[in-house]
Amino acid sequence: MLTVMELYQLLPKTNCKKCGESTCMAFAVALLSRKRKVPECTPLLEENFKKQREKLEALLLPTAGAEETGLIVHTELCTGCGNCVVACPVDVANDPKGAAIGRAPSNDKVIFKVVEGKVVASNIKECRRFGKSKVLCYACIDPCPTGAIEFV
Amino acid sequence: MVTCTGCALLCDDIEIVVENGRIKEIRNACRRGTSRMKGCVNRLIPSIYQKPSDIDSAIRKAAEILKSAKSPMLFGFSNSTCEAQVRGIGLARKLNAMIDDTSSFCQGMLIEKVLQKKFRTCSLEDARNRADVLIYWGSDAQDSQPRHLSRFSYFPRGESRQRGYEEDRIAIAIDVRESNTAKICKGHFYRIPLKGDREFILALIDALSGKVPSYDTKKILELAGILKKAEFGMVFAGIGLTYSIKEDTGVLLTLGDLLPNFHIMPMVGHYNMRGFNESLFRETGFVNRVKFNGNVIHEDKYSILEILKEKRTDALLVIGADPLLSLPGTVVKHLSAIPVICIDPCTTLTSKIAAVTIPCAVSGVESDGTAVRMDGEVIKLSKVVENNYASDEIILNRLMEAV
Ligand code: SF4
Ligand code: SF4
Ligand code: SF4
Ligand code: SF4
Repeated sequence: MLTVMELYQLLPKTNCKKCGESTCMAFAVALLSRKRKVPECTPLLEENFKKQREKLEALLLPTAGAEETGLIVHTELCTGCGNCVVACPVDVANDPKGAAIGRAPSNDKVIFKVVEGKVVASNIKECRRFGKSKVLCYACIDPCPTGAIEFV
Repeated sequence: MVTCTGCALLCDDIEIVVENGRIKEIRNACRRGTSRMKGCVNRLIPSIYQKPSDIDSAIRKAAEILKSAKSPMLFGFSNSTCEAQVRGIGLARKLNAMIDDTSSFCQGMLIEKVLQKKFRTCSLEDARNRADVLIYWGSDAQDSQPRHLSRFSYFPRGESRQRGYEEDRIAIAIDVRESNTAKICKGHFYRIPLKGDREFILALIDALSGKVPSYDTKKILELAGILKKAEFGMVFAGIGLTYSIKEDTGVLLTLGDLLPNFHIMPMVGHYNMRGFNESLFRETGFVNRVKFNGNVIHEDKYSILEILKEKRTDALLVIGADPLLSLPGTVVKHLSAIPVICIDPCTTLTSKIAAVTIPCAVSGVESDGTAVRMDGEVIKLSKVVENNYASDEIILNRLMEAV
C-alpha cells in the first residue's frame, strides 16, 4: 500500500509553499488522499525533477479509478470468489438472507457484488470507514487472498 | 437463477442476461465459472480423419469404429450430465467395452469410501450451518472451487454459527505449500513435506490418543487440542491428500474414529465427477475402472492410465475430457496409434488428433439435465441459450442406436 513517506521522498522537500500547502509533507498527504494533483507542485515541472515527477505519476496512477471514498478493486487480481461480498459487515447487515449466508446478494443495498466474474463496489458511502462513527474496518481486505481490494 | 458448471460446487444462484441468443452478462459466478459459461474460444466442428464433415456422418463413423474394435474404451464423463453418463454406461455395456473417468487418478478412491459409507460425511448446507472447525487438507479450494469458502465453509453465517468466521469458525490448512486457501487460514497453516500426509496423520493419531507425537510435537499437540474441542468438524480432503496417501485409506479411517465429531468431504473439481461415480456405483458397485463382458469386471488395470500405458485398447471414445493435456506424456503416446473419437463443445488438444470429432452443447448453458454436487446433492442444470448443438446425452443416444 502507498504511504505518505513514499510520496514525500519524491517531492523537492524545499517547503516553498508554491503549491499552496504549508509544507511538502502537507502536499504529500493531499496527494495521497487525491485532493491535489502532481503538477500543482510547480517546481517539480523543472527538468531536473523529471524522474521524480514521472515516478510520482506512476505511483498515483493505479488509483485513478478510485471511488470518492478511496476504495479500489484491482480487477485483474480479483477471482470473483465472493469472500469480500460475504465478509463485509454492511453486506451482512443489509442482506441477512443473501450475502450474509453465502448466497448471491438479494438486494441492491450491499456494497459488493460479483459481475462478469469480478467484484464491483457500490453504495460505498455505507462503508464503515466513513461517516460519523467510522472504524478502521479490514473485513473486505483480510479475506481477499489476492490483495485485490485496497483503500487509498 | 441458473446453475454454474465451472466446478463441483454447482452454484445455483447465478443470474444471466441473454440478448439475441447470446450471453450478455453473468452475475454472481466467480471468474472460473464466468469463463466456463461464456463457452469456448474455439468451437469444435464435426470431422472425420481431420476433414470437416457433418454430424450424422461423424456419428456413423464413430459407431463403425467402436463396433469393429476388439477392445474399445470409453473415457471422460466428468463434464457430462448424469443423463449422458447413464447413456455412456449403457453404451459401454452394449459394446462390452471398458469405461473409466478422471476419478481413477483423482478423487475416486475417497468418493468410493463415502458411497460405501465408510466415512462420515454431510451436506455442504450442514457444513455452513454447523461447522466450527474446518480443515482444508491438500486442497486449495480458493483456487479450485473459488466460492467454497464464501458460500459454504468459512465466511458465511450459519444457523448455529451466527457470528460467522470472525468468532465462530476456525479454518486450518494442511498443505505442502502456502496456497491461497492457506493464506486465509492465518495462524493455522501446517506446512508438511511432499508426501508427508501419512506421517502427519500418524502423529496426529498419537496426539489424539494421549501419546506424545514424535514429529513436530508442539504444533501437532496444539492442532489436536483444537480438533478435540470441535463441535462439528469438517475435513475437506483435496487431491493433495488423496495422491499422497494413495490406497492407504486405513490411516484416514483411524483418524476418523478418533474424531467422532468430524465429517470428511472429498473436494471435487470437475462439475459432475461425483455424478459419474454414483451412477456407475449404482449399476456395478464400483465407481470407476470397469470392463463389461456380459458381467462386470473391476480391476486397477482398467484405469485409463494403465490401459494406455499397456496399449490395451484399440479405439477410445473421449467425452468432455482432454487426456492428451491431462495425462503424462509417457502414456498418451498410444493415443496417436489408435482411432480416438472426441465429443466436446470445444477444440482440445485431444480433438486435434482425433479420428472423429463430434461437437456437443455446453451443458448447463446450451442443454439442461442434472448433476451431482461434491457433497452428493443432485442439482438441476438449465438451458439458457437456444442453438442447434445437440446435448452429449442425445449424441450418446444416437451412438447407442448406431452400434
Ligand atoms: S510546491 Fe512542491 S516543493 Fe513547494 S512546498 Fe509544495 S510540494 Fe513542496
Ligand atoms: S471496509 Fe468494511 S465496511 Fe467498508 S467495504 Fe470493506 S468490509 Fe465493507
Ligand atoms: S475477496 Fe478478493 S478475489 Fe475474492 S471477490 Fe473479493 S476482491 Fe475478488
Ligand atoms: S465456485 Fe464453481 S460452481 Fe460456483 S461459480 Fe465458481 S466455478 Fe461456478
